[in-house]
Amino acid sequence: MTLRTEPFVINMGPVHPSTHGVFRMRVTLDGEVVVNLEPVFGYLHRGIEKLAEERTYTGFVPLTDRLDYVSSMSNNFGYCLAVEKLAGIEVPERAEYIRVIMTELQRIAAHLVSIGSFFNDCGAYFTPFLYMFRERERVIDLFEMTCGQRLLYNYMRPGGVSQDLPDEFMPALNKLIPQLKKYFEEYENLLQNNEILAARARGVGILPKELAINIGASGPTLRGSGIRWDIRRADPYSIYNRFEFDIPVGEQGDCYDRYRVRMEEMKQSLRIVEQAAKQVPAGPVRSKVPHLIRPPVGEAYSHIEAPTGDLGFYLVSDGGIAPYRCHIRAPSLMNLTALRDMIVGWKVQDAILTFGSFAITMGEVDR
Amino acid sequence: MNPWLNWVIFTIVILVFFLGSVIMFIYMERRVLGKMQARIGPNRVGPFGLLQAIADAVKVLMKEMVTPANADKVVYWLAPIVVFAPVLMVFAVVPFANGALLADLNIGILYVVAVGSISSIGVFMAGWSSSNKYATISAMRMVAAVVSYEIPLVLVIASVVVVSGSMSLNDIVLAQQNYPMLLLQPLAFLLMFIAGCAEINRSPFDLMEADSEIIAGFHTEYTGMKFAMFYLAEYGEAVAMSTIIATLFLGGWQGPFLPPWLWLVLKVFFVFFLMVWTRTTLPRVRIDQLMSLAWKFLFPLALINLVITGAEVLAYPLGIPWYFIFVNIAIGAVLVLLFSRLYKVGGGRVAVG
Repeated sequence: MTLRTEPFVINMGPVHPSTHGVFRMRVTLDGEVVVNLEPVFGYLHRGIEKLAEERTYTGFVPLTDRLDYVSSMSNNFGYCLAVEKLAGIEVPERAEYIRVIMTELQRIAAHLVSIGSFFNDCGAYFTPFLYMFRERERVIDLFEMTCGQRLLYNYMRPGGVSQDLPDEFMPALNKLIPQLKKYFEEYENLLQNNEILAARARGVGILPKELAINIGASGPTLRGSGIRWDIRRADPYSIYNRFEFDIPVGEQGDCYDRYRVRMEEMKQSLRIVEQAAKQVPAGPVRSKVPHLIRPPVGEAYSHIEAPTGDLGFYLVSDGGIAPYRCHIRAPSLMNLTALRDMIVGWKVQDAILTFGSFAITMGEVDR
Repeated sequence: MNPWLNWVIFTIVILVFFLGSVIMFIYMERRVLGKMQARIGPNRVGPFGLLQAIADAVKVLMKEMVTPANADKVVYWLAPIVVFAPVLMVFAVVPFANGALLADLNIGILYVVAVGSISSIGVFMAGWSSSNKYATISAMRMVAAVVSYEIPLVLVIASVVVVSGSMSLNDIVLAQQNYPMLLLQPLAFLLMFIAGCAEINRSPFDLMEADSEIIAGFHTEYTGMKFAMFYLAEYGEAVAMSTIIATLFLGGWQGPFLPPWLWLVLKVFFVFFLMVWTRTTLPRVRIDQLMSLAWKFLFPLALINLVITGAEVLAYPLGIPWYFIFVNIAIGAVLVLLFSRLYKVGGGRVAVG
């Protein structure tokens, strides 16, 4: 006797422990195997791009915080660069250094969240997650010291940063750097040679090189597939060409590689912070910028290497006090387009793991 | 002793032991988990948060009972009871001191295995009757896992029975007079621990309650007291498995200075501590890896272990000499290393037409 079976559809999300926000996957399952997957997003759409048209150039900075809410500093940075390019604003030397330190610290904080939740998706019951959050707290403490906020910083402005670093910042940073190095070692001991992790993540959810390029993937997702492409090197912005750092890449583009790339990137970020902290010059932190910026008619595109990938801001000015059009290139969204190809044929558990290895933030996907 | 008096006394003893252990297990799990995860854990209710489990129980009792509209009502209501009752029945044959047990069955350990596997039927009932897709997936995983892991578990128990020459738990404990079975059967202990973790769905084999994938698995739709029954049964199974492992391998109630029952409790908590430790450290395995671990790793090793044990007992019918402790540890280590080489990890894509 043969039993008749048929695939069934299951809605994972929008409220689900592992969808990192309000993402929904319509998954068709044949037993445990995913035979089809349809990503559905838009549950967190707030129309941020449209809101930009009704705010001044400076007034839009707090809204950029709310894109990828675990890496607000990077978003601020990317947007301010675009405005500066559009309006031709010069940035003082000290502000450049502060921006780089902040963005790289933010990259560490964001990658800690990504790796932590990746392990949660993998089923490690919150231990790596809480370890990572312990160190993230230390980084966040520095941000709080500087701008009073712990999640949405609203720290950078076109033409510099909102306020200078407090006196206690540099000693605290110099104390944190060796601590973080020690903690990274601790993670490696806990996670790197874990047999179950290898069994779960090695060779699972492979993103081939060609596909990665064709969908326009970026960030650790792209580098995990073995492509050495980092905006900090490929199209240097700010003062990144003054620092020494390596671009870690993966081998075959599986979940394990993406995790390793993030881990190595944190170490490289720390290297940059170390170099920058030694070189910070004295001086003003914000150039003379009028309260209402009126850029000349034209357009500007500027992109940075955010923790999730290539974050771009495209601004069009009609000469008024608000952008005529603002478009945001969200790396999370671009990376997600590969999801179906990567997951079909794998088990449900792999689907969750692969999705987690992108480390997307719904705030950025839906905007 | 009057059999009825015996029955009354041991029913009370078992209930106290069971409920007390469950409450302490819940507290211990949360507290140890907290400490290992660089946080504090429950510390608000009572001294050191000791009353947290009781506060949770009261909260859960006052919750509304919700039954899904499409649920198979009878099965849905019956499932928590079917899960819970067998767990309690296991303790009937567990000795708390020499001869102090509810029923000294001469097939004690067989009874434990038989009764213990009934609760998986309850889990399947719960998953099936909830008319929830996550619960259904969980129920299917459960059946697959339990069928697979029962076999190495029984084979490992068989090798312990071969050494001790009896199936009665009291006799098995008495056979460990000189040294615990753990030393004589190190490989069996390892296999029993792994298979036991899988049998009671503890991490890293907690696939049927994989919270990051299928929400809460088979009890996704359960609320209130019915949910509490599952929760109780889950920790009850942990108590039962820890007790069986402590009895079979760690010498049960035997030990110097302290009273026997205290030794048993200490050993039970030690085994459970090991389980909490693995839970905090390891990620979850995948369903096909769970299966291949059972069939390609545990099953052959358990068989080989049984054969070796049989040969040893045949060669020394009057008791295996003490130096076989080292021989067996060496054999176990070599076998585990050998088989982990054969065991391939990673990959696992299925072609979808």
